[in-house]
Amino acid sequence: MATNTVLLQVNNLRTYFSTEEGIVRAVDGISFTIHEGERFGVVGESGSGKSVSALSIMRLIEPPAGNIATGEIIYKGRNLLELDDESMRRVRGGEIAMIFQDPMTALNPVYTVGNQLIETITLHQRVSKDEAFDIGVSALNDVQIPNPKERMKDYPHQLSGGMRQRVMIAMGLSCNPSLLIADEPTTALDVTTQAQILDLMLHLAEDRDTAVMLITHDLGVVAGFCDTIQVMYGGRLAERGTTDEIFSETYHPYTGGLLGAMTRLDEVRAERLYSIKGAPPSLINPGIGCRFAARCDFVTERCHKETPLPREISPNHWAACHYAPDLDLARVKREEAVG
Amino acid sequence: MTDEIMAPDSIAGVGQGDVAADTLVRVNDLVKHFPINKGIFFRKQVGAVQAVSGVSFEIKKGETLGLVGESGCGKSTTARCVLRLIEPTSGRVLYRAETAGTAGKRTEIIDIASADKDTLRRLRRDMQIVFQDPYASLNPRMTVASIIAEPLVVHGIGDRAERIDRVKELLKVVGLNPEHTNRYPHEFSGGQRQRIGVARALALNPTFMVLDEPVSALDVSIQAQVLNLMEDLQNEFDLTYLFIAHDLSVVRHACDRVAVMYLGRIAEMADRAALYERPMHPYTHALMSAVPIPDPGKEKARRRIILEGDIPSPINPPSGCRFHTRCSRAEFPLCSDEEPHLREIEPGHWVACHFPEVKQVV
Repeated sequence: MATNTVLLQVNNLRTYFSTEEGIVRAVDGISFTIHEGERFGVVGESGSGKSVSALSIMRLIEPPAGNIATGEIIYKGRNLLELDDESMRRVRGGEIAMIFQDPMTALNPVYTVGNQLIETITLHQRVSKDEAFDIGVSALNDVQIPNPKERMKDYPHQLSGGMRQRVMIAMGLSCNPSLLIADEPTTALDVTTQAQILDLMLHLAEDRDTAVMLITHDLGVVAGFCDTIQVMYGGRLAERGTTDEIFSETYHPYTGGLLGAMTRLDEVRAERLYSIKGAPPSLINPGIGCRFAARCDFVTERCHKETPLPREISPNHWAACHYAPDLDLARVKREEAVG
Repeated sequence: MTDEIMAPDSIAGVGQGDVAADTLVRVNDLVKHFPINKGIFFRKQVGAVQAVSGVSFEIKKGETLGLVGESGCGKSTTARCVLRLIEPTSGRVLYRAETAGTAGKRTEIIDIASADKDTLRRLRRDMQIVFQDPYASLNPRMTVASIIAEPLVVHGIGDRAERIDRVKELLKVVGLNPEHTNRYPHEFSGGQRQRIGVARALALNPTFMVLDEPVSALDVSIQAQVLNLMEDLQNEFDLTYLFIAHDLSVVRHACDRVAVMYLGRIAEMADRAALYERPMHPYTHALMSAVPIPDPGKEKARRRIILEGDIPSPINPPSGCRFHTRCSRAEFPLCSDEEPHLREIEPGHWVACHFPEVKQVV
């Protein structure tokens, strides 16, 4: 369960990448807080900055290609951006663990699963190799991998996609981190496997009071999994609130549009889906104004001239739109659609 | 097959009478096994991947049939066999071809699976495919104009100027700027590339289109644009779609009828409303219950059916019912010994299960 103790606080984070065409403002001033045990969902489309913000927290953005231009990342009272490499290495994996979308590229193909698990464990805990082996076996057991002792000897290619993702989760949780960052952990998997993996993550996180930052493009996945949802667009915050409020009291036209554009298992939508026109903006010289303005159905002149800052419109419910909460989003969300 | 109108029973066992007048495609007992060979000098077959093992279905004119299932269930292989992009091992794919001849319109039933090269070539104008990955399915070294005009060139239609006009018209139809004929695929976003793929498929005025996961690689907002486009095109050009997808919610939106596949066989097939409101096969239940719903209230109230383990290997599929190893309702030895056939339990609702039962999972 989420508590009121702040675990991670990100303040005004800006992560830029320099390319030949110019500076890409992948994350452009976002702030958020994750509490102990909270399940925090980050939703957005490709290029919204959701993965880059996670990589920034882990300090996995390597200069000179990318750099964190400004901001603070305060984890348990310490600013991670000021840590030396050695201390940061201890945080990574030990305090904050991360699992990625594609477990085949995240695992090293030339080492056995056991090798990689033991390496992680001995890096963070003062144990012998034999003890680490046992911890590894029990970690595999926790993620419901059958015959864990045998699987320790397997190479990643011998396992199925779902099994590999279980190994990643086992590895991530083997050092009892306080925060698990899961970047699209189920996107590469089939739905029934996705259900298995989400169910597993949910239970493990709950048992250990691990906070989870779940990054996904699928509003369905966060609906059942998260306490809080942060919707990102063009490197910035669009809207953040409790899961219930994001769905039922949507403030931002982009969130509304996403909900209207989704096909749903539980209902036949109107003949045509709501379609957010155009494509996401380029983050090279995006200029001033709201980044969603070009695609928004409610756009006014003000939106092109003035950048909307995130405002707390009702308690813990933030939106970065000049006109929130006064827009009537029912049309966009296609709430009238039944049939 | 010949160009003549088929007399009934001219294809052994299947005459024109067996293909209802409103049916465009009828697939009968389609099988595709990919051989597994071993040895370098003396290659011999040591087994087979049984990708498709006896699939039968019909596609009515003007409808969208959804073929849905998880990776490895054989849905794409089925579609490729239907277009004969790969050679089926056995089975028939009957296609109702309409040709304008001297004496007006002629209808003939052609078995795509056994048709000769010339017949196939003629049919290919009629049948097109849109692929999943708009990055891989367009040649990066060709301009948009040459990509879209290629089918016209292959079939020798029009001269250069006419083809350029057609390309511009097609670009407009799929919602792209007709001025962009000289651009290359990398200059377009994923959604726009998928539109280019659609324009290419439309170039020859097809009747039948296979859409192989056309929106799976796209972001939600772009997905909606492409789904809307496909629907508009269907209405405008009277197209019949075979829609391959793994996403049950996309299928619910896009399809009139749906066939659920598991390990090379059809588990359940029904009209959209029947399938989603009254699913009967335990695999359909599991598949549907695994799909997340963007509604926190509903998500909390739902009880998810979590399937045990992974999908078995199609090299050595389970005996009897292929789903019995993961099924909660399986009764032994019936389910492990006897293969359940696809039976019509209610009108138009086909289920391959010994113990079909309606269950609410949405």
